Formats: sequence, structure tokens, C-alpha cells
Amino acid sequence: MQGPLPVPGPPGAANDGVQGAEEGPRAAIKAGPGSGSPACDPREPEPEFLRATRSPPADTMVQWTAEEKQLITGLWGKVNVAECGGEALARLLIVYPWTQRFFASFGNLSGATAIIGNPKVQAHGKKVLTSFGEAVKNLDGIKNTFSALSELHCDKLHVDPENFRLLGDILVIVLASHLGRDFSPVCQAAWQKLVAVVAHALAHKYH
Amino acid sequence: MLTAEDKKLIQQIWGKLGGAEEEIGAEALTRMFYSYPPTKTYFPHFDLSAGSDQIRGHGKKVVAALSTAIKNIDNLSQALSELSNLHAYNLRVDPVNFKFLSQCLQVALATRLGKDYSPEVHSAVDKFMAAVASVLAEKYR
Repeated sequence: MQGPLPVPGPPGAANDGVQGAEEGPRAAIKAGPGSGSPACDPREPEPEFLRATRSPPADTMVQWTAEEKQLITGLWGKVNVAECGGEALARLLIVYPWTQRFFASFGNLSGATAIIGNPKVQAHGKKVLTSFGEAVKNLDGIKNTFSALSELHCDKLHVDPENFRLLGDILVIVLASHLGRDFSPVCQAAWQKLVAVVAHALAHKYH
Repeated sequence: MLTAEDKKLIQQIWGKLGGAEEEIGAEALTRMFYSYPPTKTYFPHFDLSAGSDQIRGHGKKVVAALSTAIKNIDNLSQALSELSNLHAYNLRVDPVNFKFLSQCLQVALATRLGKDYSPEVHSAVDKFMAAVASVLAEKYR
């Protein structure tokens, strides 16, 4: 089974314009002194009783039927990751404009046309969906796969996990518009489950 | 808040469905029952098997209500007042489920409209469904 995804390198290195890794959106929201909120302060030791819940026993792992796995991997083969990723992220920023709070450094997000044509949006969307593809390749180890990314999204990026659910639902709609009738109800169900599992995994390390 | 542009897009897109509205209603419900199994708890009295007459009938009702809402998009509260009462005092569907139906209706629309389900249309429909949900829940407490 593949191990956790690597955490991106030092901020400013190759972070393609996303808010500096330390500050996240707080830089845009005028953080006061000591901007790390206590809830996400990595210096706080994790209580023992919580630590015990970090590695749940195997029987609480997500169960996939053979059919669900086939519906997911089969469909993924047809997905143009760059195109769908860019489109999904653009739609997130258009349909739920408050999500733009995380992307102040992306330049022109002044309307749907600007957002769709924005090269940083397209590039970042591709990056996000590529990462999502790791879940498809590791359906039985999604929590582990996104462990480091979960920490990143909490500690550095300060992203409310609700945003993962919003993006997941948008991704499903993008797939529907590209695949048409092939995106059957049972296919959608497998994908709604997958996006929910990925969102949960990304939220798992939050504290 | 629904802008004038949103309202125009919604009326346009509804017009593009060419009589498939009822089918879309049934499909949205079917998708919802598959993707969000707890929604079935509101229909213990229904035959929920694929293509059931009851799902078709109910899908038709739901879509008719949405059509009415679209025709009265400037006054949703009044247009949906009866339905709002029904949901508040009788059906008492937990409002979280309105989001699930919205998602599944949008998937049904997107599968049919493809590229025509543009980001702008997507945004307008999402806002519209949220506005409808808000009206349906407004008398809950």
C-alpha cells in the first residue's frame, strides 16, 4: 500500500502562488499577534485519550464493494485531470465565492470569465485533482494517504473542512456534465461516497 | 440573493429541458435515494424500486412545484406558502435533506445539459435551490 503523500517543501519554494504556507488566509484577514489559533497550535500536546482515536481498528475502515471500486476506477480512467480539476476549482470559486478567501494571491477573480481563464486557478485545480487521484489509487488506505495533507490544511492553510465537502459535490457535478448518461445513479452514489471519504480524511488530522 | 441574471439563466435552462422535466424529477429522487440512503426514511410507504410509479409520481410533483417557483421567482415566499406550511407542520423533513435533493437535481440536469450546465448556470441553480429550501424551512420554528 502506498504511504502518505509528501508534504510540500518550504513555503515560497514551489507553492505556485497559494497563500504563504505559514499564514494561509490569516494574512488576508489581518491576523493579530500570535496568529495561530489555540485549536491549531501544534505546540499543544495532544491528550492521550484523543491519541487513542487516531488509529482506529481495521473494522472501522471504509468498506468498498467490488462494484463501487469498479465504478470509481473505471470512471477515473476517462477523466481529463487537468481539465476537470481546473473546472472544479473554478466552479468552487464561482458558485461559492466566499471560498476565494483562500486565494487572494491568485490575481483576477473578479467574475466567472476571469476565474475560468485564470491560469493559477487552472494549475491549482489540476494539482488538487491529481492529488485526489491518489485516493482512487488507494481506496483502502485513503486516511493514511491524506494524513500529511490533512495536517497541512489545518496547521498551515487553515481551511475549514466544509470546503472539502463543497469541492467534492462540485466535482461530482463536473463529472456528470462531462459523462452524461454514463454517470448513472449508482455511479454517482459511489462517487458521492468517495468525495465524502476524501473530505473526511482531509479533516481527520484537524485539532 | 438571486440577481436578475440568475433569474434569466434559470428560466432559460428550464426552457431547454424540452418536456423532460418529469423524468428529471424522478431521476433526481432516484439519485438521492442511492447517494443519500437516509433520505429513504421519509418514504417508508413508497415502493422505492427503480422506475416505480410512486417515484415517478412524486418526481412529477416536485418538478411541478419547482416550475411554479420559477414562474414566480420574484415572490418565492408567497408562491410556495402552501408547501412551506406542509413541510413545517406535516412533513417536517430535516432541512439538511434539501441540499441532497439540490445536489441530485443538479447532477440530473448536468448529465442532460453537458456544457450547457455552465458555471454561471450552476451557480444560479444552486442559489435558486437554496432559496427554495429556505422558503420551505422558514416556518419550521
